[in-house]
Amino acid sequence: MEKRQLRIALAGNPNSGKTTIFNNMTGTRQKVGNWPGVTVEKKEGDIHKFGYDMKIIDLPGTYSLTPFSIEEIVARDFILDENPDVVIDIIDASNLERNLYLANQLRELDCKVIFALNMADVAKSRGFKIDAPKLSELLGVPVVFTVGNKNEGLDELLKTALELANSPLEIPEERRVRYSNDIESAIGELKDFIKLQVDSSFSYNIRWTAIKLLEDDKIIKDRIREKIGVQSQHILSKAEKLRGKLSKRLDDDPEIVMTDDRYGFIAGTIKEVISTSTRHRVDISRNIDLVLTNRFLGFPIFIFLIWAIFQTTFTLGAYPMEWLNTGVGYVSAFFEYVLPNSLLKDLIVDGIIAGVGSIIIFLPNILLLFFCIALFEDTGYMARAAFLMDKIMHLIGLHGKSFIPMLMGFGCSVPAIMATRSLESKKDRILTILITPFMSCSARLPVYIVLAGTFFAAHAGTVIFIIYLFGILMAIITGRLFRTVLLKGEDAPFVMELPPYRVPMMKNLLIHMWDRSKMFLRKMGGIILVGSVVIWVLSSFPKNIQYSKDYDAQIRSVNQSYEQQTISGKEDYDNRIIQQKDALIREISIAKEAERAEKSYIGRIGKAVEPLFEPIGIDWRGSVALLTGFVAKEIVVSTMGVLYAADDAAESDALQNALLKSGMTPLSALSMMIFVLLYIPCLATIGAITRETGSVKWTLFNIVFTTGVAWTMSFVVFQGGRLLGF
Amino acid sequence: MRLNEMKEGQRGRILKIGGESRLRRRILEMGLTKGSEIYIEKYAPLKDPLEVTVRGCHVSLRVKEAAEIDIEALTDY
Repeated sequence: MEKRQLRIALAGNPNSGKTTIFNNMTGTRQKVGNWPGVTVEKKEGDIHKFGYDMKIIDLPGTYSLTPFSIEEIVARDFILDENPDVVIDIIDASNLERNLYLANQLRELDCKVIFALNMADVAKSRGFKIDAPKLSELLGVPVVFTVGNKNEGLDELLKTALELANSPLEIPEERRVRYSNDIESAIGELKDFIKLQVDSSFSYNIRWTAIKLLEDDKIIKDRIREKIGVQSQHILSKAEKLRGKLSKRLDDDPEIVMTDDRYGFIAGTIKEVISTSTRHRVDISRNIDLVLTNRFLGFPIFIFLIWAIFQTTFTLGAYPMEWLNTGVGYVSAFFEYVLPNSLLKDLIVDGIIAGVGSIIIFLPNILLLFFCIALFEDTGYMARAAFLMDKIMHLIGLHGKSFIPMLMGFGCSVPAIMATRSLESKKDRILTILITPFMSCSARLPVYIVLAGTFFAAHAGTVIFIIYLFGILMAIITGRLFRTVLLKGEDAPFVMELPPYRVPMMKNLLIHMWDRSKMFLRKMGGIILVGSVVIWVLSSFPKNIQYSKDYDAQIRSVNQSYEQQTISGKEDYDNRIIQQKDALIREISIAKEAERAEKSYIGRIGKAVEPLFEPIGIDWRGSVALLTGFVAKEIVVSTMGVLYAADDAAESDALQNALLKSGMTPLSALSMMIFVLLYIPCLATIGAITRETGSVKWTLFNIVFTTGVAWTMSFVVFQGGRLLGF
Repeated sequence: MRLNEMKEGQRGRILKIGGESRLRRRILEMGLTKGSEIYIEKYAPLKDPLEVTVRGCHVSLRVKEAAEIDIEALTDY
C-alpha cells in the first residue's frame, strides 16, 4: 500500500472535549501556530500509529459552519479547500441535540466524516443511553464512543478513521438532511441549474452549493465567482430569484427556516437513538451556579477569585522572578569574567543580556497567569465571569470577557494582551488590546514611587492612587471613543453557552500554559533583542567623548593621596580610610558617567527633543529617561539615577535629593507621572500588540495614539497647573 | 410577550426570533429555535445578561438580544 501521510481534522463544538482528545492523541508532539492571515490558533500534531503517518489538525471549536465568525470560516475553508482525508467530529454525548447541529452541517459537506460520541460516561450518569449503531445507520456515518479524559476509545477512533480514509468516498443517500417541500424543490431546481453551468472541475458538492446559495452565504458566493468567472452571474441571479420566491412563500428568510428544519431533523433522530431512564436528572452545574452566579454571592466570589489570580501571578511569581533575575546576574557576571574587555563584551553584557534579561524575568508571571486562565476556561468559570461582568464592560462597548485581560494589565501588559485571545470577536480583541496599556502596569510603579515620594511626600499614596484612577478613566474614555469612531458597527452577539462545569485535566492546563509561554519566548525574543541592541548602541556611543574634566586624573590623584595614609597597620583606621577613598572615587565616577550619558547619542537625542518636552515641564534628563523607558518602564528610574548623578538608584534617598536639587517641581513631577502612565508601551508590549493584532498598522496607531494622549494630558496638567499658580 | 419580560423560573415556548441576521443565526445555532421550550434560569446580578436553559444546555444572552425573541409563557403542570 502507498505510504503517505494521512491528514485527520478534528472538528467539534467548544467544550465538547476536543482539546483533550487532541492532546491525548498527539501528546507533546504539537505545533502551535496561527491560521494564515488570522489570529485564530492552529494546532497540529504528527503521530505514527498502525503503520501510518498521520497529521492531526485541531480545527477551531464552533457551533456551526456559517460564515459569521473567523473560527467558523477557518474550519470550513480547511475542510473545503485542504480536503483532509477524514474529519472527526467530536460530539458531546451528554448534549447530543445541540452538537448534532454542527455534525449535520459536516454531513452535508462532501467529506469523509466520523462521529466520536465523547464523554459517553457523563451521558450515562445523566441517565440516558445512546444507541450508536442506530445513529450510525440513520445518519450514514461511522460512530465511535470515546471518553477523552480517560483516553478510552481513541485507538478505535483512529482505526475507524484509517479504514474510512482507505475506502472510496460514498455518500449514502440517507446522509442528506431532508428540508421541507418548498425548500427541497428550490434546492432541486438550483442544483439542476448549476449542473448545466459548470463542468466536472467544479470541486464543491452541488447540492451543498445550492443549499449555501439559498442561505445567501456571502463567502460561497465569492468562491463561485472566483471559480467559474462570468458564468457565476447566471447562477447567482437564479439563486437570488429562488430566495426571493421562498421568502415570500415561507414568510421568513430561507436560512431561518432551514435552521428550523435541521433542528427538526435532529429532534427526529434524537427520539430514535436516545432512551432516557426514569432516574431523575441532576444538573450539577445548575447547583454550582446557584452559588457562583448568585445575586449576592456572585460578585464577592468573583472578586476573590480575581484577587487570587492576581496574587498567584504577581506575588507568588515574584519568587521565581527573583531567582531568574539572580540567574541573569550570574550569566552576566560569567561573560564579564570570561570575555576580554572589548566592544563585543559590552554588547553582550550591557546590551543583549541586560535587555533580554529584563524581559525574560516576566516568564514566571506569564506561566502562572496562563495556568490560572486555563483553569478558568477549562472548568467553565470563564463564561460565568463574562456573565457577571458583561453589564459593566458593555458600558465601554466591550464584552464581559474583556475584564480579565484589562485587570491583568495592572500587573503586566504583555500577558494581559496575550489573554485577549479568549475573546471571540476580533473587534473586541483589538479594542481591548488598544486600551489595556492604560491600565498602569507594575513596572511603572517604581517611577511613581520615586517621583511622588520626592515631591508629594505625605500625600504620595493619594497621588499614586489618582494616577491609577486616571489610567482607568482614560481606558474608559478611549474605549468608548474607539467603539464609536474606529471600530463601530453592531456588537458581536453575546449569545454564548454556559458550559457545564468540569474538573480540569492537569495535562491540558500544562500544555495550554506551555504553548503560551513558548510563544512569548520565541516571538518576543526577536523584537526585544533588536530593541535592546539599538538602545545599547545609542547609549554607549560615541566612544571618544571629550569630557569637560579629566575624571581619570582625578581618580588617580585620589588614589595617590590615600596610598600613604593606609599603611598604618591599625585595621579600624585603614578600613575607614579605604571607605573614604572609595566614596570619593565613586562620586567622581558618577559624575563621569552622567557626563558620558549626556554626550552619548541618546543624550543628544534627549537634548534634541527637549523642546518637545519643555511645554510639559520635563527637562532633557527626563526626556532621556523617558526614551530609555521604551525598553522597559522600570529603566526610567535607573536612567534618572545616572543622569541626575545620584549615587545609587536603588537608594531612593540619593535620587530624591538629586531630583529636589534639579529644579523639578511637584507640578512637573505630576506631569511626568502622567506621561509615564500613558505614553508608548514598552518594547515587550509593542511586540505583544503586533503579534496579537497581527497588524503593524494597529501597532503604529497604538504607539502614536498613546504618546499623543500622554503629551496632551501632561500638557493640560502642567500648563493648567501653572495658570492656577502651582 | 418577549423573552426579556419573563421572570426567573418561568417556562415558555419560542414563537418567533427577530433581529439582524447575524444575531438571529447565532441564536438559532445555540438551539433557540421556533417551538423550542425555554426555561428562565436567572438574571445576572446586574440584571443583564440572563441565563436560559434550552434543549438541556445553558445559554446566556443580553437583555437587548432577548428582546428580539417572542415567546408564549407556559404554565407548569
